[in-house]
Amino acid sequence: MKKFDFVAFLPKALMISAAIMVVGLLCNVIFGTQMDISFKGGTQVRYQCVESVEMDENKVVELAKKHLGNDVKWQMDELEGKDMITISRAGETDAEKINALKADLEKLDMIEQSRDSLSPSKGTKFLLRCLLALGLAAVLLIVYVGFRFRRIGGVPAGVSALIALVHDLLIVYFAFVIFGLELNDNFVAVMLTILGYSLNDTIVIFDRVRTLRRRSNAPLADVVNESLHHVLRRTIITTVTTCLAILAVLVVALVMNVDSIVSFALPMLLGAISGSYSSLFLSGPIWVRWMNRKAAKNA
Amino acid sequence: MKKRTPKAAFFIVALLIVALCFTSFFGIYSQYGDRTDTHIHGLNDIRWGIDIKGGVDATFEPSDEKYEADADDLEAIKTIIEQRMIAKNITDYEAYVDTSGKGAVLIRFPWTDEIQDPEKAVQWLGQTGNLQFRLGDRNQVDENGNPTGELVLEGKDVASASAEYGAVDETGANQYYISLELEDSGTKKFSEATKKQAASNGAISIWLDYGESWAKENNAPRYEFKSDPVVQNQITNGKAVITQSNQTYEGAKELADIINAGSLPFSIKAGSIASTSATLGNNALSAMGIAAIIAMVLVCALMIVLYRLPGFVAALALCGQMALTIACLTGYFGFMDPFTMTLPGIAGLILSIGIGVDCNVITAEAVRDELRAGKTIDSAIRSGSKGSFGAIFDGNITVLIVAVVLMGVFGSSDGIFGWMFSWLPVSATGSVYAFGYTLLLGVVTNFVMGLWASRLMLRSISRFKIFRNPWFYGGERK
Repeated sequence: MKKFDFVAFLPKALMISAAIMVVGLLCNVIFGTQMDISFKGGTQVRYQCVESVEMDENKVVELAKKHLGNDVKWQMDELEGKDMITISRAGETDAEKINALKADLEKLDMIEQSRDSLSPSKGTKFLLRCLLALGLAAVLLIVYVGFRFRRIGGVPAGVSALIALVHDLLIVYFAFVIFGLELNDNFVAVMLTILGYSLNDTIVIFDRVRTLRRRSNAPLADVVNESLHHVLRRTIITTVTTCLAILAVLVVALVMNVDSIVSFALPMLLGAISGSYSSLFLSGPIWVRWMNRKAAKNA
Repeated sequence: MKKRTPKAAFFIVALLIVALCFTSFFGIYSQYGDRTDTHIHGLNDIRWGIDIKGGVDATFEPSDEKYEADADDLEAIKTIIEQRMIAKNITDYEAYVDTSGKGAVLIRFPWTDEIQDPEKAVQWLGQTGNLQFRLGDRNQVDENGNPTGELVLEGKDVASASAEYGAVDETGANQYYISLELEDSGTKKFSEATKKQAASNGAISIWLDYGESWAKENNAPRYEFKSDPVVQNQITNGKAVITQSNQTYEGAKELADIINAGSLPFSIKAGSIASTSATLGNNALSAMGIAAIIAMVLVCALMIVLYRLPGFVAALALCGQMALTIACLTGYFGFMDPFTMTLPGIAGLILSIGIGVDCNVITAEAVRDELRAGKTIDSAIRSGSKGSFGAIFDGNITVLIVAVVLMGVFGSSDGIFGWMFSWLPVSATGSVYAFGYTLLLGVVTNFVMGLWASRLMLRSISRFKIFRNPWFYGGERK
């Protein structure tokens, strides 16, 4: 049986990835990204019923959607032992719209307790920290991978791993955009998870290359292809197992109708698949091209 | 010839894992009458974050109605409250600045052992008095305990304070101290006061003034004494150092925080206090629980079907890894504080289980390959373990680097790795820290369970006669 040539497949793999990115980018331009209130800031109003009146949650939510838009969020809270509904919406909301809601709710014997316009809790400071963390992690990883894999050209290996990593993070981001999921804490958590997963996946392959390289002087492309075939079973089994676990979370969340967990598990599932894909089709082959080009330059 | 692993090792390690699972999941409690004592923390004692269990929602605003707080003031309030949250190991709060109207800061934080009574928690979070520096030491007070020394500086005269470490006095010994910087408005006043006190070997005392109305309302003393350092030299440049014998970092930090908080030109009070429901929805916790059990059963079943005996060992090791991580999170081990679990924390757990699975898969695959290459069971296990060590080690270390960077960048400056980034402004993103924390735990427990325990068990169990068939390890049936 002829074995699949991963290295030769690189241009096609790059095209597949690029196509997904273009679709994601288009969706991003057309639909925009939805950011939740912690990233974007927004408005929050709270209502309570007057004494001896029971709150009709569905009715209130219906009115809130009618006046403020379908993207409102609500939550049942408690103030001084009485039910209170907190309605929030990310982004700018006209005061008139809120006043209209207030007028309608007052007909239901509900009183506005507070009205706040909130600045983002994860603003530029958060973004700066993210960039710092990403930059620092990138440097440390390249140093570590560069050192541990110095025999096989460590720094290019580190950079290839990083390319695969950024690819996977972009896929996760686009998954959020394409499915119209809101960027919130879940987004941060999923990005981080895929970051760890993608790295681990890629390292295993470079480790195999390192081992084979010690024994043979075959052309790099052959060594990498052989390594990829060696770890193929492992990569597939690990991916299937991990995806199965995430799928369990997704299915349970869907059955129990917990949206917040669906929007966590779905992108994570796609990210995990992308993580394995990029470690098989991108990082190793990119490394081969890089090393070959370097060798050609030196010759 | 290497020393052989005794047959009993498998049973000892397996029993330990089972015992750990039971105690860390269910805890150990005893009941005397209507009092329940917790001896070992179980799953029920996990401190759930606000996204899973709900918590308190409070508004803070300047207590002076007429004071118009600007954006900087509000940011300062937010910072103080964030610092207090982090000091209590609460990382999943959310803090918003409300710029409309006269300005307020909104805080959401989870229920914890300390925070059972929202009113009390809010009082503790929002407590700020007006900072005062007065001539004389703590004993210069009137019959009500109010200080009588001449007022030197007020909060607005102080720019900032921080806890530092180094050699600052004539002894040349390294110690913790508080470095104090004054505003221009305070420099001259402080210079005169220190000149006077340095001549007489006198002290300057630091107080918090909560105001008369607050004292009446709460039936508490109006002034709170904080420190009374003896003045050694005249300080003319507005930069002072406060030392104290046997000063600890915590002590220095606490005083610095108090000075910073007190340097707000106003005190703050709590507006509305509400209890909020889980932000992820009420079903989130039970959904996660059910999903976790299903996922664990699926993963273990898959391991056993694919890898037979090594798969069975892997399943045991995975349960052990899960139990060990949970034990670290609940405060099972006395030396580790309980940690607040949030959804990002759970994501960290999922990833670490994924890495744990991978670790076992890599080993089992290597053993299988060696067997198919014609080696005996013992040498296949030995060389398979050895050959797969590099991949597992490097994979785990890279993930470890990520976890440490995240904890450092997003943690508080007193966190384990926080010292590296103490120069950054306080962050409001405990969720990322929580992810890093559980991931770090996951990697460490994976080293214990996936690399050490699972290999020991495999070597040990492979010595039993009935398991001497290569089929059990993925080889051909003999």
